[in-house]
Amino acid sequence: MTIFDIFAQQLVNGLVLGSFYALVALGYTMIFGVVKLLNFAHGDIYMVGGFIGFLVLSVVAPIVGPGWSGVAVSMVVAMIAVGFLGVVIQRIAYQPMLNAPRLSILITALAVSLVLQNGVLTLTHGQYQPMGADLGFGGVNLGLLFISNNQMILVGTAAALMIGLELFVSRTQYGRAMRAISIDKDMCRLMGINVTAVIAVTFFIGSALAAAAGTMAGAYYGSVWYFMGFLIGIKAFTAAVIGGIGSIPGAMLGGLILGLLESFGTQIPGIGSEWKDVFSFSVLILVLVLKPTGLLGKSEQERM
Amino acid sequence: MAQTRSNLFNNLIAQFDTPWKRCAAFAVILALLLVAPISLGPYATVILTNALLYVVLALGLNVVVGYAGLLDLGYAAFFAVGAYTVGILTHTFGFNFWLTLPVAVGAAVVAGVVIGTPTLRLRSDYLAIVTLGFGEIVRFTARNLDITGGASGISGIQQPWLFGWHINTPFEFYYVFVVLAVIAVIVSVRLQHSRLGRAWLYVRHDEDAAEAMGIDTVRVKLAAYVIGAIFGSIGGAFFAVNLGAISPESFSFQQSVLILMAVILGGMGKIPGVILGAFIVVLAPELLRDMGEFRLLLFAVGLLLVMLFRPSGIWPARGK
Amino acid sequence: MSMSNPLLALRGVNLSFAGNTVLDNVDFSVGRGVIASLIGPNGAGKTSLFNCITGFYKPQSGSIKVDDQELLGLKPHRVTQAGIARTFQNVRLFQQMTVLENVMSGSHCRSKAGAIAAILGLPSQRREEADIRAHAIECLAFVGIADEMDRDATNLAYGHQRRVEIARALATRPKLLLLDEPAAGLNAGEKADLLTLIGRIRDELGISVLLIEHDTGMVMKISERITVLDHGVVIAEGAPKEVQANPKVIEAYLGQEDGEDLL
Repeated sequence: MTIFDIFAQQLVNGLVLGSFYALVALGYTMIFGVVKLLNFAHGDIYMVGGFIGFLVLSVVAPIVGPGWSGVAVSMVVAMIAVGFLGVVIQRIAYQPMLNAPRLSILITALAVSLVLQNGVLTLTHGQYQPMGADLGFGGVNLGLLFISNNQMILVGTAAALMIGLELFVSRTQYGRAMRAISIDKDMCRLMGINVTAVIAVTFFIGSALAAAAGTMAGAYYGSVWYFMGFLIGIKAFTAAVIGGIGSIPGAMLGGLILGLLESFGTQIPGIGSEWKDVFSFSVLILVLVLKPTGLLGKSEQERM
Repeated sequence: MAQTRSNLFNNLIAQFDTPWKRCAAFAVILALLLVAPISLGPYATVILTNALLYVVLALGLNVVVGYAGLLDLGYAAFFAVGAYTVGILTHTFGFNFWLTLPVAVGAAVVAGVVIGTPTLRLRSDYLAIVTLGFGEIVRFTARNLDITGGASGISGIQQPWLFGWHINTPFEFYYVFVVLAVIAVIVSVRLQHSRLGRAWLYVRHDEDAAEAMGIDTVRVKLAAYVIGAIFGSIGGAFFAVNLGAISPESFSFQQSVLILMAVILGGMGKIPGVILGAFIVVLAPELLRDMGEFRLLLFAVGLLLVMLFRPSGIWPARGK
Repeated sequence: MSMSNPLLALRGVNLSFAGNTVLDNVDFSVGRGVIASLIGPNGAGKTSLFNCITGFYKPQSGSIKVDDQELLGLKPHRVTQAGIARTFQNVRLFQQMTVLENVMSGSHCRSKAGAIAAILGLPSQRREEADIRAHAIECLAFVGIADEMDRDATNLAYGHQRRVEIARALATRPKLLLLDEPAAGLNAGEKADLLTLIGRIRDELGISVLLIEHDTGMVMKISERITVLDHGVVIAEGAPKEVQANPKVIEAYLGQEDGEDLL
């Protein structure tokens, strides 16, 4: 393979990875925008999404087959179910904590994450659950570069979801309210915006997107596991920060960048695939320390 | 019903209001701890040793989270630093255990500064994730380097000798850990009532006002990390020789969470609470042995309930 | 107009945020053992000036010296160590801590026992702790609320909370005390007490006091020197009577909707 082929292959890999990171990062950024909270449990929402996708697929596979149509059905069901789960979590765990010290709500989010993780752990006894999706091996050949159909469907679906989100945010009332709340929540209340409802919708959408990513990941990589949300959670958070936390285009951009960085990073001699997680964590730390507002975020000016 | 039960508990604890009464209570507990192995047998002794280890670790994390208010989700990194320093120096290089202790402390200081410095200006959410990241980096590094034994870790660590006495039975290690736990408690108490202890509270409650009062918030925060790291490292050092073998999986995020749970459940910032939390975290799984993974779920739900309904922890807040 | 050997001297201080000029080439001094006031319409930049002095904002250019020590670029805690203490516009006492503990925070920069001394319980550390406590009680007695020292700071009446803030600032043993709107929210009796207290701080402790204040009656009564700031520019400076009669000042205040009548 020439350098160009390796480059192109990693570009494709990076796009696929980036799609997952972007979908999950969007949830982080949207939730942060409206409640100024880093939803530590978001990575586990992704995991639950994959898990529910797995459950649904095992039920519908005999009917619609284990291919992409089966996965699509699973994905939609997972998105709706996990969307509601996100709203429930917000109501039960985060809403009561709105006026508590910062530390308390962070620990509560951690507790929610552990409940989700350990819940699935108990149900699955910590075993990997093979998704059982039969997606075929077809694809397109461009010289030595191979792009599989699955990769294209994946990236395409993620793009479609992101476009849908962008339209929602820019064209609808809820979308405008979401942006307004992220700027000044109290003012929004005074202006009669139903802040509670908008927060619920935000959690719904953010969680649904993560669930979509989870189901697709389960189908693409072959299995779901109770701990799969941990690493993704941190990487998606990194992506959201790179793009600028609170910015929706930023999350998409950040996801893409991180996916590409990781793909190309594995080609750096010495890093390989064992160290790629350390690589991602290091990127996170560097970004947070050197440019915490990310690429598209606004700098906060602290006034006394 | 729950209300009266918690009031009963609160009232019971409130009986011990003077320092003398508290010392007396402490002495009684200490006496019980000293005779426990004899009356409870070898299995219970091992469990209690583990509980005492967690007392040391939780008190260390308590300095970082409970006093300084820095949510460190990667505390196991300091635990690892101590364990691996001792493991490598004694097993691979043949040093005497007692000589490696100062090195473990030195390594902890370095680790505390390295991990703490990037977090200094971060808001608490970011701080939590960055410390988590560092915890994972340490674990990955331990897993992938030859000198740390890779994924299988280091085994065959020699038990130490002290003035001709070979410390190598669970019985003997138990008493070593009792001493460590007592030292940890004394150090924590002294720090809590010191100028630095107050500085942690000032910085935690209002960092800008603290800075305006002339407090160097950078130094104060780093001091918390370094002192917490030293606790963790010493715990790790003795953990390594007690077990005789260490592997990266003992220093995972789950480990950091467990230590954090001990601090939160019992009541962060309150020394008796943290000790109680450490015992809960170690003893409960033993009592719930048959439940398998379900007990982890139970713990998580317990943490959530504590945060929602009794966020100051099980131990009652100081009355005013 | 400029005094020789002032305690605090600002020269050519420029501050801007995102292109907006907040302070424009400000020259400003405070003498020793004086009570001075900084007044001006809302948004004039008074609190920003305080923040520059105390090191929370970094001016783009200029010099800020206290006793010939350059403060520009120093971190806030170093400025306090250099002898400048402040109170805040919104009372910022440390929550969930007692009045005494709040005041003891001021002594941190004047003491030095570290972790090791504390852990070992060295006699020098114990003595220093006793001194810190005694000094805090002294400061509380000076402002007149020593009997409330063990109460939770946030449980105190508002007027008393303000006094705790002043005691806390005094505990840092400052040369200059910056008070940001100390009379806001106080009734007439409390304001009179505040005036007496400020006078005693100057007379008995030899500390200079610089006030930001909107209550012009108070300002006239107590200040030896008034500086007027408008849109980041010093438009007048001098004794109260001079400033009162200055046409530029009158104009600046009349331009405000709720401008208080200086006359």
